[in-house]
Amino acid sequence: MESATALLSLIIALPLAGFLINGIIGLFVESFRTKKQLIGIIANTAVFIPFVIAVYFFMNMNAGSEAVVFKLFTWIEAGSFSVDIAYRIDQLSIMMTLVVTGVGFLIHLYSMGYMADDEGYWKFFAYLNLFIFAMLNLVLGNNLLLLFLGWEGVGVCSYLLIGFWYTDMAKSDAAKKAFIYNRVGDFAFLIAMFMVFQTVGSLNFDAILGNLEAFSEEYIVAIGLLMFVGATGKSAQIPLFVWLPDAMAGPTPVSALIHAATMVTSGIYLISRMSPMYVLSPEVMLVVAVIGALTAIVAATIAITQNDIKSVLAYSTVSQLGYMFLALGAGGFTAAMFHVVTHAFFKACLFLGSGSVIHTMHHVEHELEHEGKDVHFDPQDMRNMGGLRKYMPSTYKTFLISTIAIAGIPPLAGFFSKDEVLAMAANAGAGEFGSYMYMALWGVGIITAFLTAFYMFRLTLTTFHGEFKLGKRFKEAIGAEKYLHESPATMTIPLWTLAGAATVGGFLGVPNFIVETFTHEEAHVNLLHNWLHHVTADVELTLSHAVEWGLMATSIVIAVLGVVVAFRMYNNNQQQESDAAIAKRFGGLYDLWKDKYNLDEVYEGLIVRPIVRVSDKVLAVFDMKVVDGFVNATAGTVKLFGSLFRYVQTGVVSSYALAFVIGVIVILYLMVM
Amino acid sequence: MLENYFPILVLAIVAIVLAIVLMTLSRILGPFRPNATKLNPYESGMDPVGEARDRYSISFYLVAMEFIVFDLEVVFIYPWAVRYLDLGFGTFIAMMIFIIMLFVGLLYTLKKGTLDWELNNYRG
Amino acid sequence: MDYLGDIQAFLPGVITALAGLIVIVIESLKKDSSATFWVTVLSLVAALFFSIQSLGTGLDTAFSGMLVHGGAVAFGNVIIVVATLFCVFISEDYLKGINHYYGETYALILFATTGMMCLAGSNDLITLFIGLETMSICLYVMAGLIKDEKSGAEAALKYFLLGAFSTGFLLYGMALIYGATGTTNISAIGAAASTDLLFLAGAALLLVGFLFKVSAVPFHMWTPDVYQGTPTTLTAYFATASKAATFVALIMVLSRALPVMEGLNWQMVFSVIAILTMVFGNIIALVQDNLKRMLAYSSIAHAGYALVGLAAGTPEGYSAVLFYMFAYTIMNIGAFGVIAYYERNKGMDFSEVQNLAGLGFKKPVMGIALSIFLFSLAGIPPLVGFAGKYYVFAAAINAEMVTLAVIGVLASAASVYYYLRVMVYLYFREEHKPVELFNPTLLYKGTIIILAILTLYYGIEPILPASGLMELLNSYGNLGAVTNVLIP
Repeated sequence: MESATALLSLIIALPLAGFLINGIIGLFVESFRTKKQLIGIIANTAVFIPFVIAVYFFMNMNAGSEAVVFKLFTWIEAGSFSVDIAYRIDQLSIMMTLVVTGVGFLIHLYSMGYMADDEGYWKFFAYLNLFIFAMLNLVLGNNLLLLFLGWEGVGVCSYLLIGFWYTDMAKSDAAKKAFIYNRVGDFAFLIAMFMVFQTVGSLNFDAILGNLEAFSEEYIVAIGLLMFVGATGKSAQIPLFVWLPDAMAGPTPVSALIHAATMVTSGIYLISRMSPMYVLSPEVMLVVAVIGALTAIVAATIAITQNDIKSVLAYSTVSQLGYMFLALGAGGFTAAMFHVVTHAFFKACLFLGSGSVIHTMHHVEHELEHEGKDVHFDPQDMRNMGGLRKYMPSTYKTFLISTIAIAGIPPLAGFFSKDEVLAMAANAGAGEFGSYMYMALWGVGIITAFLTAFYMFRLTLTTFHGEFKLGKRFKEAIGAEKYLHESPATMTIPLWTLAGAATVGGFLGVPNFIVETFTHEEAHVNLLHNWLHHVTADVELTLSHAVEWGLMATSIVIAVLGVVVAFRMYNNNQQQESDAAIAKRFGGLYDLWKDKYNLDEVYEGLIVRPIVRVSDKVLAVFDMKVVDGFVNATAGTVKLFGSLFRYVQTGVVSSYALAFVIGVIVILYLMVM
Repeated sequence: MLENYFPILVLAIVAIVLAIVLMTLSRILGPFRPNATKLNPYESGMDPVGEARDRYSISFYLVAMEFIVFDLEVVFIYPWAVRYLDLGFGTFIAMMIFIIMLFVGLLYTLKKGTLDWELNNYRG
Repeated sequence: MDYLGDIQAFLPGVITALAGLIVIVIESLKKDSSATFWVTVLSLVAALFFSIQSLGTGLDTAFSGMLVHGGAVAFGNVIIVVATLFCVFISEDYLKGINHYYGETYALILFATTGMMCLAGSNDLITLFIGLETMSICLYVMAGLIKDEKSGAEAALKYFLLGAFSTGFLLYGMALIYGATGTTNISAIGAAASTDLLFLAGAALLLVGFLFKVSAVPFHMWTPDVYQGTPTTLTAYFATASKAATFVALIMVLSRALPVMEGLNWQMVFSVIAILTMVFGNIIALVQDNLKRMLAYSSIAHAGYALVGLAAGTPEGYSAVLFYMFAYTIMNIGAFGVIAYYERNKGMDFSEVQNLAGLGFKKPVMGIALSIFLFSLAGIPPLVGFAGKYYVFAAAINAEMVTLAVIGVLASAASVYYYLRVMVYLYFREEHKPVELFNPTLLYKGTIIILAILTLYYGIEPILPASGLMELLNSYGNLGAVTNVLIP
């Protein structure tokens, strides 16, 4: 136990130490900043060792292990309110820890290559380590407040990293946007936390989940909804998802780590953690599922219309997160976590692949400039790419693998997880638990699956197949192909590792019914389900095998259909024509998608502008005249007294003595009185 | 009651008589050649009557201060010396410490040159 | 008599006194030798070692009942020696820098420290007076250390005149108390305390003497002038060590000689004086532009907070005051230290707060350290100043003096203004003209950094008066009881 506590402290402390070392030395010692190798090694070690320790913990656990709580010290103690810095290792948190540190390490490694030419190298790695630290607090914390600390911490890191190139106004605006949208959600989360504390007098998970009968029905609904609002902020769901696509302004490894693999899944983690409470309220579950499904399809439709590769991936992320919430709402907490894991693999791989592409496109721009050709193009715009597979074989292959995985083609990871999500939705629709609403949601999910396969292949085909289109768009850039090159090994190794994980990751959750059909007896091949069923309050999957086979077949057919359509429309350089064709077919609807459902404008018009107007016309006046007036009057009075008292201080000793004597008289009087 | 004060009365009478006798004797026996300096109340040359804002040589203060310090030393040492046999060896050490302290003071003031009236070798 | 035992009981004081003599000898043989500094440091380290060692021993008497040691006195000695040590560290460089490196300064500091320890550990009005005067006379001289500057001479003279004035009251008070009780022994006075007019008047005058030393309003008038005229690092010494010593002595006197009883209104006196001190100190500090004067008024205000703890009259209050003194010592020396550093940069007058404009980024370590100290002085968590204030005000509330605590909190809220004002100039204003700051010596920088770390550390992990110090104080309610107590 002792050594285990020490090991656990290491998991938490090493990323923090990495942040402090790189951050503090980098801040004060300028010569340190150029020692990039050293900085990179420090930062990578600070994540790799926790990963190894997490693996060790994982090896020493089994599905039946009780949760172990490591209390380091008491953080806050005020009256009956007591919060410990205590970490909880159970099946759920160790899984998240493995994803965070494992994928996190690969992305750190990748960043060494990707950020190699950046001046803020030391700062970047310091922030990344800080992020890992905060994220570990989030997933390992044994109480809601520590979780919230991590929750806010990852928010801050996300803010810092989105605005990493803060000299670009648009990027720092994106950072602010992300932060503010998150704050809206955090506010709801905070209120939920207050309500929890009010009811059970503690914020520890054991105390909360062991005392569920103490909550009144209204409270269960209210807390569930408020926490879900918090989750919609952090995990980018309707109505708060608009920050995530803008967040792609940050360096690509950040998009991969924070805005695809880890931070954005913390909302799912939160709800899974609180799942015993959620299942008590079918209404809340339905809300979660509806929002999830809507987000999935809304984001998928937007993704079809985007030309920026990171933007497509961003909307794809929002859409996949929607899937996860759909699963949560359908009672498939394990399914959601399953999708979190597989999504972390293939989406991180996709982002890193896109980073690799952007890296090389930047290089092209740079070299052209070197030649004296003044060509400015967007290195993220896929219309400038095409045919990259010849030049970047590793990037292409890994990107393709991940695309197949996300599209849901068996037997890659995405197929199994997405299938389980959809199965859970259908199960909720058919079973006694849910309502028929869930059947509709299943339909939405299936359409989204089609769209996913379609836009992902649109992206892959446009970028990597066909021919290099830069020369067609810019005359000066003809022949720029020679500057295209594959990225260095520090970037391709993580790509291959993640692609490998995306290939086999699905076998963590092979559906039981596949085996059961052949053996005719109960099977437990769904490893993840076995692993988590102590911790999460999953709804039983009661569909018959035939139905399950049917569902599976449907999703395969749909996915293949999406791939085929995409191939026919985009394989041969006909991206523009095909986009136009789609636009023509869907007319106004397509414009709506392209304008991202005008959500930014709606928020601007309905919320931002009225608030600005009110604060400008009414509150500002009130603030300036009344509040400031009051404050200034107080301060003025005090200052006036100060200046008056100052005159007592004449500098003449005899007047000092006079004051002294008066004091003596006062004291004598008080004493004798 | 009053007879308790009789010795004091005797002492006072003796003192007065002694003063008168001594002054008379010196007047009769000694030569008397007055000049302006000799007729000053203080033979040091200080004029007791005059402007209050007169400036004195700093050396007066230094010497006066040092005088007080060593004067007080005597005040301490006499009673101790008288009772030494009763008080024992411990007080001897204590007194030595006291004298060493004063000696350090003397050394300091000597090395600083404050005992030189003209303050020629004074090192602030 | 057990001389060795007595000397051992007062060992820190003996060491500093001896070291003072050695310094004087060295100084008289070789002018301004750097050996004086090292002798001072060594002796203080030794004194600190022995003071810390005696922490946790029970209160006991020595020198035929003239002095007490152990218990709260041991903690007081630790504060005094720590303050002295840090002040010596920053003084060396500073005094050299302003070309007034006098070897005697260290002798004066050491003698004053001896006096402080005698004052803090006095068990008799006589030793109390001797300690107080030993300390004060050394301070008078130090105030006028820079002889050729008018402000220095003014400071020394004013301090001396008013000090003598207050000493008169103090002695008169002692005489009256002796007249009323027939003893000068402090615990015997407590046993013979009455509501006799003679005793009341004596107690009042005795308190006046103390209140002058801690610069409580309206006996504070000397403070700004003296702090301004004294070399800054020595000002730090005045503001911390002497104040701590006086407060410890005050605690010892109050808790033993003046029992809480009907008709003996000393708690009332402290409440009124505490309110006056907090309010006046803070309000006048608001309008000060001179940094040292601002800090002088701030130190007056801080004395006010400490008086709140005394007014509570409970062991909790006393222990809170002890901790407050510790906190105040650390952060105030730090603040004075950084300001002394700025001040030394030739060709610039950094005494006005406006002249600090834009300096925060120039030497980031100094800037950050000053920010920490000022935040701590303002009482912003998680720094030690906050912990100190919290305990003091909590003690007042537990003693049912809510009004006092509320006024204290309000006053300390107002104080945030003038502390933050310095930071605004440091970080948010453009500098007037380009300034090159020199590099502080390693010792100087190290001292400041250590102080900043202590400010943070004890803010997060305060020595809980609730546990350790409380026990320590309970042990001196009666002198016979020797309770085993705290290690910080």
